[in-house]
Amino acid sequence: MIAARKSQKVLFSLAVLFLLVLVASAIAAPLVAPYNPTEQFLTKRFKAPTMENLLGTDNYGRDVLSRIIYGSRSALIVGIVTVSIALFLGGTIGLLAGLGSRNLDSTLMLFMDSILSFPTILLAITVVSFLGYGLVQVMLALGIISSPVFARLVRAETLAIKGEGYVEAARSLGTPVVKIVYKHIIPNILGKVVVQCSITFALSIVTESSLSYLGVGTQPPEASWGLMLKDARNYLVQAPWLAIYPGLVLAFTVLAFNIIGDTLSERLNPRLTGSS
Amino acid sequence: MDFVKFFARRLGRLLLTVFIISTLVFFVVRVIPGDPALIIAGMDASPEDVQAIRVKLGTDKPLLSQYLVWLSSIARFDFGTTLISGEPVIKLIMERFPLTLTLALLGISIGIFVAVPLGVMSAVKRWSLWDYFGLVFSQLGMAIPSFWLGMLLLILFAVKIRILPLFGADTPAHFILPAVSLGFARAAIILRMARASMIEELSKEYIITARAKGLTERMVKYKHALKNGLLPVITVTGIQFGYMLGGAIIVEQVFSMPGLGRLFLFGIYQRDFTLIQGGVIFVAIIFSLVNFLADILYSIVNPKIRVE
Repeated sequence: MIAARKSQKVLFSLAVLFLLVLVASAIAAPLVAPYNPTEQFLTKRFKAPTMENLLGTDNYGRDVLSRIIYGSRSALIVGIVTVSIALFLGGTIGLLAGLGSRNLDSTLMLFMDSILSFPTILLAITVVSFLGYGLVQVMLALGIISSPVFARLVRAETLAIKGEGYVEAARSLGTPVVKIVYKHIIPNILGKVVVQCSITFALSIVTESSLSYLGVGTQPPEASWGLMLKDARNYLVQAPWLAIYPGLVLAFTVLAFNIIGDTLSERLNPRLTGSS
Repeated sequence: MDFVKFFARRLGRLLLTVFIISTLVFFVVRVIPGDPALIIAGMDASPEDVQAIRVKLGTDKPLLSQYLVWLSSIARFDFGTTLISGEPVIKLIMERFPLTLTLALLGISIGIFVAVPLGVMSAVKRWSLWDYFGLVFSQLGMAIPSFWLGMLLLILFAVKIRILPLFGADTPAHFILPAVSLGFARAAIILRMARASMIEELSKEYIITARAKGLTERMVKYKHALKNGLLPVITVTGIQFGYMLGGAIIVEQVFSMPGLGRLFLFGIYQRDFTLIQGGVIFVAIIFSLVNFLADILYSIVNPKIRVE
Protein backbone atom coordinates (compact mmCIF):
# COMPACT_ATOMS: atom_id res chain seq x y z
CA MET A 1 0.00 0.00 0.00
CA ILE A 2 2.79 2.41 0.97
CA ALA A 3 4.85 1.16 -1.94
CA ALA A 4 1.87 1.90 -4.16
CA ARG A 5 1.63 5.46 -2.86
CA LYS A 6 5.33 5.93 -3.51
CA SER A 7 5.21 4.57 -7.04
CA GLN A 8 2.18 6.74 -7.73
CA LYS A 9 4.19 9.76 -6.62
CA VAL A 10 7.10 8.82 -8.84
CA LEU A 11 4.77 8.28 -11.79
CA PHE A 12 3.10 11.61 -11.18
CA SER A 13 6.46 13.41 -11.19
CA LEU A 14 7.51 11.62 -14.37
CA ALA A 15 4.23 12.55 -16.04
CA VAL A 16 4.59 16.21 -15.10
CA LEU A 17 8.21 16.19 -16.27
CA PHE A 18 7.25 14.65 -19.61
CA LEU A 19 4.54 17.23 -20.21
CA LEU A 20 6.87 20.08 -19.27
CA VAL A 21 9.40 18.86 -21.84
CA LEU A 22 6.61 18.51 -24.40
CA VAL A 23 5.25 22.01 -23.77
CA ALA A 24 8.74 23.53 -23.79
CA SER A 25 9.67 21.86 -27.08
CA ALA A 26 6.33 22.84 -28.61
CA ILE A 27 6.91 26.50 -27.72
CA ALA A 28 10.56 26.48 -28.73
CA ALA A 29 9.98 24.23 -31.75
CA PRO A 30 11.96 26.39 -34.23
CA LEU A 31 14.96 26.27 -31.89
CA VAL A 32 14.73 22.60 -30.87
CA ALA A 33 13.72 20.93 -34.12
CA PRO A 34 16.82 19.97 -36.13
CA TYR A 35 15.08 20.54 -39.50
CA ASN A 36 12.18 22.40 -41.04
CA PRO A 37 9.23 20.00 -40.55
CA THR A 38 7.77 20.52 -44.02
CA GLU A 39 11.01 20.78 -46.00
CA GLN A 40 11.45 17.86 -48.39
CA PHE A 41 14.82 16.20 -49.02
CA LEU A 42 13.95 13.89 -51.90
CA THR A 43 17.48 12.46 -52.04
CA LYS A 44 17.16 10.97 -48.57
CA ARG A 45 13.69 9.45 -48.46
CA PHE A 46 12.97 6.52 -46.08
CA LYS A 47 16.24 6.85 -44.14
CA ALA A 48 16.17 4.65 -41.05
CA PRO A 49 17.14 6.45 -37.82
CA THR A 50 20.78 7.64 -37.88
CA MET A 51 22.78 10.34 -36.11
CA GLU A 52 21.82 12.75 -38.89
CA ASN A 53 18.08 12.07 -38.58
CA LEU A 54 17.59 10.70 -35.08
CA LEU A 55 14.15 9.19 -35.81
CA GLY A 56 14.62 8.70 -39.56
CA THR A 57 12.96 10.38 -42.54
CA ASP A 58 9.60 9.86 -44.26
CA ASN A 59 8.45 9.34 -47.85
CA TYR A 60 9.38 12.94 -48.76
CA GLY A 61 12.67 12.83 -46.89
CA ARG A 62 11.24 15.02 -44.12
CA ASP A 63 12.79 14.65 -40.67
CA VAL A 64 10.51 12.59 -38.39
CA LEU A 65 11.80 14.08 -35.13
CA SER A 66 11.17 17.63 -36.35
CA ARG A 67 7.69 16.69 -37.47
CA ILE A 68 6.93 15.12 -34.11
CA ILE A 69 8.11 18.29 -32.33
CA TYR A 70 5.96 20.52 -34.54
CA GLY A 71 3.10 18.03 -34.25
CA SER A 72 3.10 18.52 -30.48
CA ARG A 73 2.02 22.09 -31.18
CA SER A 74 -1.23 21.05 -32.81
CA ALA A 75 -1.81 18.36 -30.18
CA LEU A 76 -1.45 20.82 -27.30
CA ILE A 77 -3.50 23.51 -29.01
CA VAL A 78 -6.29 21.00 -29.67
CA GLY A 79 -6.24 20.01 -26.02
CA ILE A 80 -6.28 23.58 -24.71
CA VAL A 81 -9.00 24.88 -27.04
CA THR A 82 -11.21 21.80 -26.72
CA VAL A 83 -11.05 21.82 -22.94
CA SER A 84 -11.73 25.58 -22.84
CA ILE A 85 -14.81 25.32 -25.06
CA ALA A 86 -16.10 22.24 -23.25
CA LEU A 87 -15.49 23.74 -19.84
CA PHE A 88 -17.20 27.02 -20.67
CA LEU A 89 -20.15 25.51 -22.54
CA GLY A 90 -20.63 22.48 -20.28
CA GLY A 91 -20.01 24.46 -17.11
CA THR A 92 -22.59 27.09 -18.03
CA ILE A 93 -25.19 24.52 -19.01
CA GLY A 94 -24.48 22.49 -15.88
CA LEU A 95 -24.90 25.53 -13.64
CA LEU A 96 -28.11 26.55 -15.41
CA ALA A 97 -29.50 23.03 -15.07
CA GLY A 98 -28.46 22.77 -11.44
CA LEU A 99 -29.80 26.16 -10.39
CA GLY A 100 -32.76 26.55 -12.76
CA SER A 101 -36.24 25.12 -12.69
CA ARG A 102 -36.92 21.40 -13.02
CA ASN A 103 -38.17 21.83 -16.58
CA LEU A 104 -35.07 23.71 -17.67
CA ASP A 105 -32.95 21.07 -15.95
CA SER A 106 -34.57 18.11 -17.67
CA THR A 107 -34.61 19.77 -21.10
CA LEU A 108 -30.95 20.75 -20.96
CA MET A 109 -29.82 17.39 -19.62
CA LEU A 110 -31.87 15.50 -22.20
CA PHE A 111 -29.90 17.24 -24.94
CA MET A 112 -26.62 16.71 -23.15
CA ASP A 113 -27.38 13.02 -22.63
CA SER A 114 -28.28 12.58 -26.28
CA ILE A 115 -24.87 13.89 -27.29
CA LEU A 116 -23.27 11.74 -24.61
CA SER A 117 -25.07 8.63 -25.81
CA PHE A 118 -23.23 8.67 -29.10
CA PRO A 119 -19.80 7.42 -30.16
CA THR A 120 -17.57 10.52 -29.96
CA ILE A 121 -15.53 9.72 -33.02
CA LEU A 122 -18.55 9.26 -35.25
CA LEU A 123 -20.14 12.49 -34.11
CA ALA A 124 -16.85 14.33 -34.58
CA ILE A 125 -16.40 13.00 -38.13
CA THR A 126 -19.95 13.98 -39.02
CA VAL A 127 -19.68 17.50 -37.69
CA VAL A 128 -16.25 18.02 -39.24
CA SER A 129 -17.38 16.67 -42.58
CA PHE A 130 -19.93 19.46 -42.73
CA LEU A 131 -17.89 22.24 -41.15
CA GLY A 132 -14.99 21.43 -43.45
CA TYR A 133 -11.73 19.64 -42.70
CA GLY A 134 -9.08 21.28 -40.62
CA LEU A 135 -7.76 21.89 -37.13
CA VAL A 136 -10.12 24.74 -36.23
CA GLN A 137 -13.20 22.75 -37.20
CA VAL A 138 -11.93 19.73 -35.26
CA MET A 139 -11.42 21.81 -32.14
CA LEU A 140 -14.87 23.35 -32.42
CA ALA A 141 -16.50 19.94 -32.92
CA LEU A 142 -14.55 18.33 -30.08
CA GLY A 143 -15.30 21.21 -27.75
CA ILE A 144 -19.03 20.88 -28.29
CA ILE A 145 -18.96 17.08 -28.10
CA SER A 146 -16.94 17.11 -24.87
CA SER A 147 -19.18 19.63 -23.09
CA PRO A 148 -21.88 17.18 -21.82
CA VAL A 149 -19.41 15.48 -19.45
CA PHE A 150 -18.73 18.85 -17.82
CA ALA A 151 -22.42 19.72 -17.78
CA ARG A 152 -23.23 16.45 -15.98
CA LEU A 153 -20.44 16.91 -13.47
CA VAL A 154 -21.17 20.56 -12.71
CA ARG A 155 -24.91 19.93 -12.48
CA ALA A 156 -24.55 17.00 -10.07
CA GLU A 157 -22.18 18.92 -7.82
CA THR A 158 -24.31 22.06 -7.98
CA LEU A 159 -27.41 20.12 -6.95
CA ALA A 160 -25.51 18.54 -4.06
CA ILE A 161 -24.06 21.82 -2.85
CA LYS A 162 -27.35 23.69 -3.31
CA GLY A 163 -28.87 21.58 -0.54
CA GLU A 164 -26.05 22.29 1.92
CA GLY A 165 -26.89 24.40 4.96
CA TYR A 166 -24.43 27.20 4.28
CA VAL A 167 -25.71 27.76 0.74
CA GLU A 168 -29.33 27.80 1.93
CA ALA A 169 -28.31 30.26 4.62
CA ALA A 170 -26.65 32.50 2.05
CA ARG A 171 -29.72 32.32 -0.14
CA SER A 172 -32.10 33.15 2.65
CA LEU A 173 -29.95 36.19 3.45
CA GLY A 174 -30.65 37.39 -0.08
CA THR A 175 -27.16 36.82 -1.54
CA PRO A 176 -27.35 37.15 -5.34
CA VAL A 177 -27.14 33.85 -7.25
CA VAL A 178 -24.04 35.01 -9.13
CA LYS A 179 -22.24 35.55 -5.86
CA ILE A 180 -23.29 32.15 -4.51
CA VAL A 181 -22.00 30.51 -7.67
CA TYR A 182 -18.75 32.40 -7.46
CA LYS A 183 -18.12 32.08 -3.72
CA HIS A 184 -19.58 28.70 -2.84
CA ILE A 185 -20.21 26.52 -5.84
CA ILE A 186 -17.17 27.10 -8.03
CA PRO A 187 -14.59 26.59 -5.24
CA ASN A 188 -16.32 23.36 -4.24
CA ILE A 189 -16.39 21.77 -7.69
CA LEU A 190 -13.00 22.99 -8.85
CA GLY A 191 -11.17 19.79 -7.87
CA LYS A 192 -13.36 17.42 -9.81
CA VAL A 193 -13.48 19.79 -12.76
CA VAL A 194 -9.69 19.89 -12.94
CA VAL A 195 -9.59 16.09 -13.00
CA GLN A 196 -12.14 16.04 -15.82
CA CYS A 197 -10.10 18.66 -17.69
CA SER A 198 -7.08 16.41 -17.73
CA ILE A 199 -9.14 13.43 -18.94
CA THR A 200 -10.79 15.51 -21.66
CA PHE A 201 -7.42 16.93 -22.67
CA ALA A 202 -6.06 13.43 -23.26
CA LEU A 203 -9.20 12.29 -25.06
CA SER A 204 -9.24 15.28 -27.38
CA ILE A 205 -5.63 14.66 -28.40
CA VAL A 206 -6.45 11.03 -29.25
CA THR A 207 -9.59 12.04 -31.14
CA GLU A 208 -7.77 14.71 -33.12
CA SER A 209 -5.13 12.15 -34.08
CA SER A 210 -7.85 9.72 -35.11
CA LEU A 211 -9.56 12.35 -37.25
CA SER A 212 -6.27 13.34 -38.87
CA TYR A 213 -5.56 9.66 -39.40
CA LEU A 214 -8.84 9.40 -41.30
CA GLY A 215 -7.92 12.48 -43.31
CA VAL A 216 -10.53 14.89 -41.95
CA GLY A 217 -8.41 16.62 -39.29
CA THR A 218 -5.15 18.50 -39.72
CA GLN A 219 -4.37 18.83 -43.41
CA PRO A 220 -1.02 18.21 -45.13
CA PRO A 221 1.67 19.46 -45.23
CA GLU A 222 1.18 20.55 -41.58
CA ALA A 223 2.69 18.18 -39.02
CA SER A 224 0.29 16.30 -36.79
CA TRP A 225 0.87 12.97 -35.07
CA GLY A 226 -2.29 11.46 -36.53
CA LEU A 227 -1.41 12.64 -40.01
CA MET A 228 2.09 11.18 -39.70
CA LEU A 229 0.57 7.84 -38.71
CA LYS A 230 -1.82 8.03 -41.65
CA ASP A 231 1.09 8.38 -44.08
CA ALA A 232 3.07 5.72 -42.21
CA ARG A 233 0.38 3.14 -42.84
CA ASN A 234 1.36 2.95 -46.52
CA TYR A 235 4.97 2.12 -45.69
CA LEU A 236 4.66 -0.41 -42.85
CA VAL A 237 6.92 -2.86 -44.68
CA GLN A 238 9.68 -0.57 -45.86
CA ALA A 239 9.72 2.07 -43.10
CA PRO A 240 8.18 0.81 -39.84
CA TRP A 241 9.86 3.58 -37.81
CA LEU A 242 7.41 6.03 -39.38
CA ALA A 243 4.59 4.26 -37.56
CA ILE A 244 6.41 3.73 -34.27
CA TYR A 245 7.72 7.10 -33.03
CA PRO A 246 4.75 9.46 -33.55
CA GLY A 247 2.47 6.88 -31.89
CA LEU A 248 4.88 6.48 -29.01
CA VAL A 249 4.85 10.21 -28.26
CA LEU A 250 1.07 10.26 -28.61
CA ALA A 251 0.66 7.34 -26.21
CA PHE A 252 3.07 8.86 -23.66
CA THR A 253 1.23 12.18 -23.77
CA VAL A 254 -2.11 10.52 -23.13
CA LEU A 255 -0.58 8.35 -20.42
CA ALA A 256 0.88 11.42 -18.71
CA PHE A 257 -2.49 13.21 -18.65
CA ASN A 258 -4.25 10.09 -17.37
CA ILE A 259 -1.71 9.59 -14.58
CA ILE A 260 -2.07 13.21 -13.53
CA GLY A 261 -5.87 12.92 -13.60
CA ASP A 262 -5.80 9.70 -11.55
CA THR A 263 -3.41 11.10 -8.98
CA LEU A 264 -5.45 14.27 -8.54
CA SER A 265 -8.71 12.38 -8.20
CA GLU A 266 -7.16 10.15 -5.54
CA ARG A 267 -5.93 13.16 -3.60
CA LEU A 268 -9.47 14.51 -3.70
CA ASN A 269 -11.05 11.24 -2.74
CA PRO A 270 -8.53 9.19 -0.76
CA ARG A 271 -11.06 6.46 0.05
CA LEU A 272 -10.82 5.07 -3.45
CA THR A 273 -7.05 4.53 -3.49
CA GLY A 274 -6.04 3.14 -6.83
CA SER A 275 -9.51 2.46 -8.15
CA SER A 276 -10.82 5.57 -9.86
CA MET B 1 -45.23 -5.14 -12.53
CA ASP B 2 -42.14 -3.15 -11.68
CA PHE B 3 -40.44 -4.73 -14.61
CA VAL B 4 -43.14 -3.72 -17.09
CA LYS B 5 -42.97 -0.14 -15.87
CA PHE B 6 -39.21 -0.13 -16.05
CA PHE B 7 -39.27 -1.62 -19.53
CA ALA B 8 -41.78 0.97 -20.76
CA ARG B 9 -39.76 3.82 -19.29
CA ARG B 10 -36.54 2.63 -20.87
CA LEU B 11 -38.26 2.04 -24.19
CA GLY B 12 -39.61 5.57 -24.05
CA ARG B 13 -36.14 6.88 -23.39
CA LEU B 14 -34.77 4.84 -26.30
CA LEU B 15 -37.29 6.34 -28.71
CA LEU B 16 -36.67 9.82 -27.34
CA THR B 17 -32.91 9.47 -27.83
CA VAL B 18 -33.35 8.31 -31.42
CA PHE B 19 -35.74 11.21 -32.03
CA ILE B 20 -33.32 13.77 -30.63
CA ILE B 21 -30.40 12.36 -32.54
CA SER B 22 -32.42 12.38 -35.76
CA THR B 23 -33.24 16.02 -35.10
CA LEU B 24 -29.64 16.94 -34.34
CA VAL B 25 -28.41 15.16 -37.48
CA PHE B 26 -31.08 16.86 -39.57
CA PHE B 27 -29.95 20.27 -38.43
CA VAL B 28 -26.25 19.50 -38.67
CA VAL B 29 -26.71 18.18 -42.20
CA ARG B 30 -29.22 20.70 -43.52
CA VAL B 31 -28.39 23.89 -41.73
CA ILE B 32 -24.65 24.08 -41.08
CA PRO B 33 -23.35 23.61 -44.62
CA GLY B 34 -25.83 26.03 -46.15
CA ASP B 35 -27.29 24.60 -49.33
CA PRO B 36 -26.30 20.96 -49.93
CA ALA B 37 -27.34 21.33 -53.57
CA LEU B 38 -24.61 23.94 -54.08
CA ILE B 39 -22.02 21.62 -52.55
CA ILE B 40 -23.11 18.69 -54.69
CA ALA B 41 -23.37 20.70 -57.91
CA GLY B 42 -19.95 22.26 -57.44
CA MET B 43 -18.68 25.79 -57.93
CA ASP B 44 -19.43 26.32 -61.61
CA ALA B 45 -22.84 24.67 -61.95
CA SER B 46 -25.64 26.65 -63.60
CA PRO B 47 -28.55 27.87 -61.43
CA GLU B 48 -30.86 25.46 -63.28
CA ASP B 49 -28.67 22.48 -62.37
CA VAL B 50 -28.62 23.53 -58.74
CA GLN B 51 -32.40 23.92 -58.71
CA ALA B 52 -32.79 20.46 -60.27
CA ILE B 53 -30.69 18.95 -57.49
CA ARG B 54 -32.73 20.84 -54.89
CA VAL B 55 -35.94 19.34 -56.25
CA LYS B 56 -34.37 15.88 -56.32
CA LEU B 57 -33.23 16.18 -52.68
CA GLY B 58 -36.44 17.83 -51.56
CA THR B 59 -34.49 20.81 -50.23
CA ASP B 60 -36.60 23.24 -52.29
CA LYS B 61 -39.45 22.80 -49.79
CA PRO B 62 -39.71 24.70 -46.48
CA LEU B 63 -37.44 23.47 -43.68
CA LEU B 64 -40.30 22.30 -41.48
CA SER B 65 -41.84 20.07 -44.13
CA GLN B 66 -38.38 18.70 -44.92
CA TYR B 67 -37.99 17.90 -41.24
CA LEU B 68 -41.32 16.04 -41.06
CA VAL B 69 -40.48 14.05 -44.19
CA TRP B 70 -37.12 13.23 -42.65
CA LEU B 71 -38.63 11.96 -39.38
CA SER B 72 -41.24 9.82 -41.10
CA SER B 73 -38.66 8.25 -43.40
CA ILE B 74 -36.44 7.35 -40.45
CA ALA B 75 -39.38 5.77 -38.70
CA ARG B 76 -39.72 3.54 -41.79
CA PHE B 77 -35.97 2.79 -41.86
CA ASP B 78 -35.79 4.49 -45.22
CA PHE B 79 -32.55 6.45 -45.42
CA GLY B 80 -32.97 7.47 -49.05
CA THR B 81 -30.64 6.71 -51.94
CA THR B 82 -26.99 7.69 -52.25
CA LEU B 83 -26.17 10.73 -54.33
CA ILE B 84 -23.33 9.05 -56.22
CA SER B 85 -24.61 5.60 -57.18
CA GLY B 86 -28.32 6.05 -56.48
CA GLU B 87 -28.48 2.81 -54.48
CA PRO B 88 -30.66 2.63 -51.36
CA VAL B 89 -28.53 3.64 -48.35
CA ILE B 90 -30.03 0.97 -46.10
CA LYS B 91 -29.07 -1.74 -48.59
CA LEU B 92 -25.42 -0.62 -48.61
CA ILE B 93 -25.44 -0.43 -44.83
CA MET B 94 -26.88 -3.93 -44.41
CA GLU B 95 -24.25 -5.31 -46.80
CA ARG B 96 -21.44 -3.88 -44.71
CA PHE B 97 -22.87 -4.17 -41.22
CA PRO B 98 -22.19 -7.91 -40.62
CA LEU B 99 -18.44 -7.38 -40.92
CA THR B 100 -18.44 -4.47 -38.47
CA LEU B 101 -20.71 -6.35 -36.09
CA THR B 102 -18.43 -9.40 -36.19
CA LEU B 103 -15.45 -7.20 -35.47
CA ALA B 104 -17.20 -5.48 -32.56
CA LEU B 105 -18.41 -8.79 -31.10
CA LEU B 106 -14.91 -10.28 -31.30
CA GLY B 107 -13.44 -7.14 -29.79
CA ILE B 108 -15.86 -7.03 -26.88
CA SER B 109 -15.36 -10.78 -26.23
CA ILE B 110 -11.62 -10.26 -26.00
CA GLY B 111 -12.27 -7.29 -23.74
CA ILE B 112 -14.52 -9.25 -21.37
CA PHE B 113 -12.44 -12.42 -21.23
CA VAL B 114 -9.27 -10.51 -20.45
CA ALA B 115 -10.64 -7.74 -18.28
CA VAL B 116 -13.17 -9.39 -15.99
CA PRO B 117 -10.91 -12.10 -14.50
CA LEU B 118 -8.00 -9.67 -14.26
CA GLY B 119 -10.16 -6.98 -12.67
CA VAL B 120 -11.61 -9.39 -10.11
CA MET B 121 -8.18 -10.79 -9.25
CA SER B 122 -6.82 -7.25 -8.88
CA ALA B 123 -9.57 -6.38 -6.43
CA VAL B 124 -9.36 -9.59 -4.41
CA LYS B 125 -5.58 -9.54 -4.18
CA ARG B 126 -5.02 -5.80 -3.89
CA TRP B 127 -1.46 -4.53 -4.16
CA SER B 128 -0.31 -7.96 -5.33
CA LEU B 129 1.57 -8.56 -8.57
CA TRP B 130 -1.80 -9.24 -10.21
CA ASP B 131 -3.01 -5.85 -9.21
CA TYR B 132 0.10 -4.08 -10.52
CA PHE B 133 -0.16 -5.97 -13.76
CA GLY B 134 -3.81 -4.97 -14.00
CA LEU B 135 -3.03 -1.31 -13.33
CA VAL B 136 -0.26 -1.20 -15.92
CA PHE B 137 -2.48 -2.99 -18.41
CA SER B 138 -5.39 -0.61 -17.91
CA GLN B 139 -3.18 2.49 -18.16
CA LEU B 140 -1.62 1.20 -21.38
CA GLY B 141 -5.00 0.25 -22.76
CA MET B 142 -6.30 3.75 -22.27
CA ALA B 143 -3.19 5.46 -23.60
CA ILE B 144 -2.61 3.44 -26.75
CA PRO B 145 -5.02 4.44 -29.53
CA SER B 146 -6.51 1.43 -31.30
CA PHE B 147 -5.30 2.53 -34.72
CA TRP B 148 -1.71 2.78 -33.52
CA LEU B 149 -1.92 -0.57 -31.76
CA GLY B 150 -3.25 -2.02 -35.01
CA MET B 151 -0.25 -0.71 -36.91
CA LEU B 152 2.19 -2.04 -34.30
CA LEU B 153 0.54 -5.46 -34.43
CA LEU B 154 0.75 -5.40 -38.22
CA ILE B 155 4.45 -4.56 -38.13
CA LEU B 156 5.07 -7.33 -35.62
CA PHE B 157 2.85 -10.17 -36.87
CA ALA B 158 2.45 -9.43 -40.56
CA VAL B 159 5.74 -7.77 -41.51
CA LYS B 160 8.40 -9.12 -39.12
CA ILE B 161 7.13 -12.59 -38.13
CA ARG B 162 4.70 -13.00 -41.05
CA ILE B 163 2.26 -15.38 -39.38
CA LEU B 164 -0.84 -13.25 -40.01
CA PRO B 165 -2.12 -11.55 -43.17
CA LEU B 166 -1.50 -7.83 -43.76
CA PHE B 167 -4.65 -6.13 -45.07
CA GLY B 168 -8.17 -7.24 -46.00
CA ALA B 169 -10.99 -9.37 -44.60
CA ASP B 170 -10.88 -12.55 -46.66
CA THR B 171 -10.12 -15.22 -44.04
CA PRO B 172 -10.86 -15.60 -40.32
CA ALA B 173 -7.15 -14.93 -39.69
CA HIS B 174 -7.70 -11.41 -41.04
CA PHE B 175 -9.95 -10.68 -38.06
CA ILE B 176 -7.47 -11.54 -35.31
CA LEU B 177 -5.38 -8.37 -35.23
CA PRO B 178 -8.28 -5.91 -35.74
CA ALA B 179 -10.25 -7.58 -32.96
CA VAL B 180 -7.28 -7.41 -30.60
CA SER B 181 -6.69 -3.73 -31.47
CA LEU B 182 -10.32 -2.94 -30.75
CA GLY B 183 -10.60 -5.11 -27.65
CA PHE B 184 -7.46 -3.86 -25.90
CA ALA B 185 -8.70 -0.36 -25.12
CA ARG B 186 -12.15 -1.65 -24.10
CA ALA B 187 -10.54 -4.25 -21.85
CA ALA B 188 -8.74 -1.47 -20.00
CA ILE B 189 -11.98 0.33 -19.19
CA ILE B 190 -13.90 -2.83 -18.26
CA LEU B 191 -10.99 -3.88 -16.04
CA ARG B 192 -11.04 -0.60 -14.12
CA MET B 193 -14.78 -0.90 -13.66
CA ALA B 194 -14.65 -4.53 -12.53
CA ARG B 195 -11.86 -3.77 -10.07
CA ALA B 196 -13.50 -0.68 -8.57
CA SER B 197 -16.84 -2.41 -8.29
CA MET B 198 -15.38 -5.52 -6.63
CA ILE B 199 -13.40 -3.39 -4.15
CA GLU B 200 -16.56 -1.51 -3.24
CA GLU B 201 -18.52 -4.74 -2.86
CA LEU B 202 -15.85 -6.33 -0.67
CA SER B 203 -16.05 -3.41 1.74
CA LYS B 204 -19.80 -3.76 2.31
CA GLU B 205 -21.39 -4.96 5.53
CA TYR B 206 -22.91 -8.16 4.21
CA ILE B 207 -19.39 -9.36 3.47
CA ILE B 208 -18.50 -8.90 7.13
CA THR B 209 -21.67 -10.79 8.05
CA ALA B 210 -20.78 -13.59 5.66
CA ARG B 211 -17.31 -13.83 7.17
CA ALA B 212 -18.69 -13.63 10.70
CA LYS B 213 -21.01 -16.55 10.15
CA GLY B 214 -17.98 -18.62 9.24
CA LEU B 215 -18.15 -18.90 5.46
CA THR B 216 -14.85 -19.69 3.78
CA GLU B 217 -12.99 -16.82 2.13
CA ARG B 218 -13.60 -18.52 -1.21
CA MET B 219 -17.35 -18.51 -0.67
CA VAL B 220 -17.34 -14.90 0.50
CA LYS B 221 -15.25 -13.55 -2.34
CA TYR B 222 -16.20 -15.65 -5.32
CA LYS B 223 -19.83 -16.30 -4.52
CA HIS B 224 -21.20 -13.38 -2.56
CA ALA B 225 -19.08 -10.46 -3.69
CA LEU B 226 -18.56 -11.58 -7.27
CA LYS B 227 -22.28 -11.83 -8.01
CA ASN B 228 -22.95 -8.25 -6.99
CA GLY B 229 -19.60 -6.88 -8.04
CA LEU B 230 -20.07 -7.88 -11.66
CA LEU B 231 -23.44 -6.15 -12.04
CA PRO B 232 -22.13 -2.70 -13.01
CA VAL B 233 -19.83 -4.41 -15.50
CA ILE B 234 -22.90 -5.26 -17.61
CA THR B 235 -23.78 -1.59 -18.07
CA VAL B 236 -20.22 -0.61 -18.87
CA THR B 237 -19.88 -3.44 -21.35
CA GLY B 238 -23.03 -2.28 -23.10
CA ILE B 239 -21.69 1.25 -23.45
CA GLN B 240 -18.28 -0.03 -24.52
CA PHE B 241 -19.88 -2.17 -27.19
CA GLY B 242 -21.50 0.93 -28.62
CA TYR B 243 -18.20 2.77 -28.63
CA MET B 244 -16.65 -0.18 -30.38
CA LEU B 245 -18.87 0.50 -33.39
CA GLY B 246 -17.30 3.95 -33.53
CA GLY B 247 -13.80 2.56 -33.01
CA ALA B 248 -14.37 0.06 -35.79
CA ILE B 249 -14.43 2.93 -38.29
CA ILE B 250 -10.77 3.63 -37.65
CA VAL B 251 -9.66 0.04 -37.24
CA GLU B 252 -11.35 -0.93 -40.51
CA GLN B 253 -9.35 1.83 -42.13
CA VAL B 254 -6.07 0.54 -40.65
CA PHE B 255 -6.67 -3.01 -41.86
CA SER B 256 -8.51 -2.14 -45.11
CA MET B 257 -11.65 -4.02 -44.13
CA PRO B 258 -14.80 -3.27 -46.14
CA GLY B 259 -17.15 -2.64 -43.22
CA LEU B 260 -19.57 0.08 -42.19
CA GLY B 261 -16.73 2.39 -41.25
CA ARG B 262 -15.20 2.34 -44.70
CA LEU B 263 -18.62 2.90 -46.25
CA PHE B 264 -19.13 5.87 -43.97
CA LEU B 265 -15.70 7.31 -44.79
CA PHE B 266 -16.36 6.78 -48.48
CA GLY B 267 -19.50 8.86 -48.03
CA ILE B 268 -17.47 11.56 -46.32
CA TYR B 269 -14.72 11.66 -48.94
CA GLN B 270 -17.35 11.77 -51.70
CA ARG B 271 -19.44 14.32 -49.78
CA ASP B 272 -22.42 12.01 -50.22
CA PHE B 273 -24.57 13.47 -47.52
CA THR B 274 -27.47 11.01 -47.69
CA LEU B 275 -24.97 8.21 -47.11
CA ILE B 276 -23.40 10.10 -44.19
CA GLN B 277 -26.68 10.90 -42.46
CA GLY B 278 -27.95 7.36 -43.00
CA GLY B 279 -24.77 5.91 -41.51
CA VAL B 280 -24.91 8.20 -38.48
CA ILE B 281 -28.56 7.49 -37.76
CA PHE B 282 -28.05 3.76 -38.21
CA VAL B 283 -25.14 3.62 -35.76
CA ALA B 284 -27.06 5.86 -33.34
CA ILE B 285 -30.01 3.48 -33.38
CA ILE B 286 -27.81 0.42 -32.87
CA PHE B 287 -25.91 2.21 -30.11
CA SER B 288 -29.08 3.21 -28.26
CA LEU B 289 -30.51 -0.26 -28.76
CA VAL B 290 -27.46 -1.93 -27.23
CA ASN B 291 -27.60 0.38 -24.22
CA PHE B 292 -31.30 -0.33 -23.89
CA LEU B 293 -30.68 -4.08 -23.94
CA ALA B 294 -27.88 -3.72 -21.40
CA ASP B 295 -30.24 -1.79 -19.11
CA ILE B 296 -32.92 -4.46 -19.44
CA LEU B 297 -30.45 -7.27 -18.81
CA TYR B 298 -29.16 -5.38 -15.81
CA SER B 299 -32.65 -5.01 -14.39
CA ILE B 300 -33.27 -8.72 -14.80
CA VAL B 301 -30.20 -9.72 -12.82
CA ASN B 302 -30.57 -6.85 -10.36
CA PRO B 303 -34.26 -6.11 -9.69
CA LYS B 304 -33.36 -3.32 -7.22
CA ILE B 305 -32.67 -0.95 -10.11
CA ARG B 306 -36.26 -1.08 -11.38
CA VAL B 307 -37.45 1.20 -8.61
CA GLU B 308 -35.65 4.48 -9.22
